[in-house]
Amino acid sequence: MNQHSSIVAATPRLSVRNATIGYDRHVVARALDVDIPERSFTVIVGPNACGKSTLLRALSRLLKPAAGEVLLDGRAIQTYRAREIAQRLGLLPQTSIAPDGITVADLVARGRYPHQKLLQQWSREDEQAVADAMAATRVDRFSGRLVDELSGGQRQRVWVAMVLAQQTPILLLDEPTTFLDIAHQIELLDLLRDLNRARGHTVVAVLHDLNHACRYASHLIAMRDGVVVAEGRPADIVTAALVESVFGLPCTVIDDPVSHTPLVIPQSGGLHPFEETAS
Amino acid sequence: MSLSAPGIDFGQPSAALRLWGGRLSARVNPRVLAMAALLALGAVAIGLVTLASGEFQLSPGEVAGALLGQATAKVHMVVVEWRLPRTSLALIMGAALGMSGAIFQSLTRNPLGSPDVIGFDSGAYTGALLVIIVLHGNFYGIAAGALAGGILSAAIVYILAWRGGVQGFRLIIVGIGVSAMLTALNSYLLIKADLKVAMTAAVWSAGSLNGMTLERLGQVSAVLGIIVPLTLLLGRAMRQLELGDDAARALGVNVERTRFGMTVLGVALTATVTAAAGPITFVALAAPQIARRLCGTSGVALLPAAATGALLLAGADYLAQRAFAPTQLPVGIVTVCIGGLYFAWLLMREARR
Repeated sequence: MNQHSSIVAATPRLSVRNATIGYDRHVVARALDVDIPERSFTVIVGPNACGKSTLLRALSRLLKPAAGEVLLDGRAIQTYRAREIAQRLGLLPQTSIAPDGITVADLVARGRYPHQKLLQQWSREDEQAVADAMAATRVDRFSGRLVDELSGGQRQRVWVAMVLAQQTPILLLDEPTTFLDIAHQIELLDLLRDLNRARGHTVVAVLHDLNHACRYASHLIAMRDGVVVAEGRPADIVTAALVESVFGLPCTVIDDPVSHTPLVIPQSGGLHPFEETAS
Repeated sequence: MSLSAPGIDFGQPSAALRLWGGRLSARVNPRVLAMAALLALGAVAIGLVTLASGEFQLSPGEVAGALLGQATAKVHMVVVEWRLPRTSLALIMGAALGMSGAIFQSLTRNPLGSPDVIGFDSGAYTGALLVIIVLHGNFYGIAAGALAGGILSAAIVYILAWRGGVQGFRLIIVGIGVSAMLTALNSYLLIKADLKVAMTAAVWSAGSLNGMTLERLGQVSAVLGIIVPLTLLLGRAMRQLELGDDAARALGVNVERTRFGMTVLGVALTATVTAAAGPITFVALAAPQIARRLCGTSGVALLPAAATGALLLAGADYLAQRAFAPTQLPVGIVTVCIGGLYFAWLLMREARR
């Protein structure tokens, strides 16, 4: 799509500058600086309550930083109109609700909302985008079925299709694999990698599984207590020392024989959870 | 104009409607459209039957003649001046109540959501009672009191349910609490009132279409003529809210503004009806769900709910006039009976699962 990718790569489209983010009076992260590299598959990892989902909410404008700012294409994200953001940045939240009795294609078509106008509610582009999104996620085979009747893996692919129908260059996903079994987790991550590599989407996902993160991420952000501890290519930054400092888990890091990315092998005798909170 | 079936299987009938080179486009479900049209036609048919029946039984031809301005003075007076305002208002108010119910059920994502739930009806009664008992007001005074009371109580519920945003479930719980307190206050006011005054208040509380005039028809039409188009405009954003707040926000919906706007419009729809006729309950509750089952839509849809509401209230009004003729029942009593049947059916259906 973009011919001068070297220039674009130097200026990330989405970044956080000196931001304080949190809920009400509870500050989750202070003076946070994060860049999402253009066209990267960025994965955010860290222990529970480290602020990774909060960071994703701030990146998607769901949460307004108390101080500092989130920049989208060089402009503070709060200064955009809601519809303009929705045309550049798609989000799959942790919890979404499928209305009762909605079919797959109907739900995917809801993703076209930011492109529709009062008088233009189903243009040829809308129809094409919905068909493309369903083909890319391979949900087109059951597009007429009720979402309630699908398996968890299928349903998650339908939600990804809805976000894809939005046709945004940037995709944010909050723990998209959490409720899936291992085969469907890999299937979904493969899909996200395809979207990133073949279709040029910038993908940002919060993941729990460190080995999945190492395998799929082109850019890894490791957080702990609201601070970015390390960021970069997984092969460059993931070491036993890093995993221990982020998760408090003694481990060995070896080369993954299949993907040749770091593979974290936990050792037993990690920090007792109560010790961790006490320290 | 092109009306093409898209290459996508939506699991239900679906057609793309595109006019003027795509400057106007929409996706329509022919089955939903046909069913909504059928419901609206049924409502109008009941209305026509109501126009013909009464103490002066008229033929369909006479009714048609009167509506087209070709009847004798006497028939014209019976049809156009006596019966038409009431019947038209039953249709219009029923549609308004159906829409209002659809709004609250969509906002609360709960089939029990309705204007009563957010405290509107009990608040309107409190307002009307105060005007009747304390101020001895006339019709307009009572209407104003009901409006003020209803809107005030809805606002109080909205504010009490606010925690950096309003969630449907919290709205229902707070609404039930506030309604219960207002009901207690209403009972107190009735007990303290003079018997004759209390009777007037009780009659108002049943909700009645008796004594509707052409003037009232004009007033209600003018108000709803503003509210209904606004509701349809904002309805598209409201349906996105059904996906959850985060997803709706990510799709470019201004969640709080949409929810606040739809709450105001939903209250305004019910308030208009209540001010003109007193509280007419259950239409708002039942119409959206009946429409949903008949049309097979996902979630509640505004237009089918409006058509069903019109059918329900027109039917209830016919029964109110004819079931125990010459005794005229308040239409609110009939809708309560219909509501009871609806609940019994709903419970039986759920119990069988």
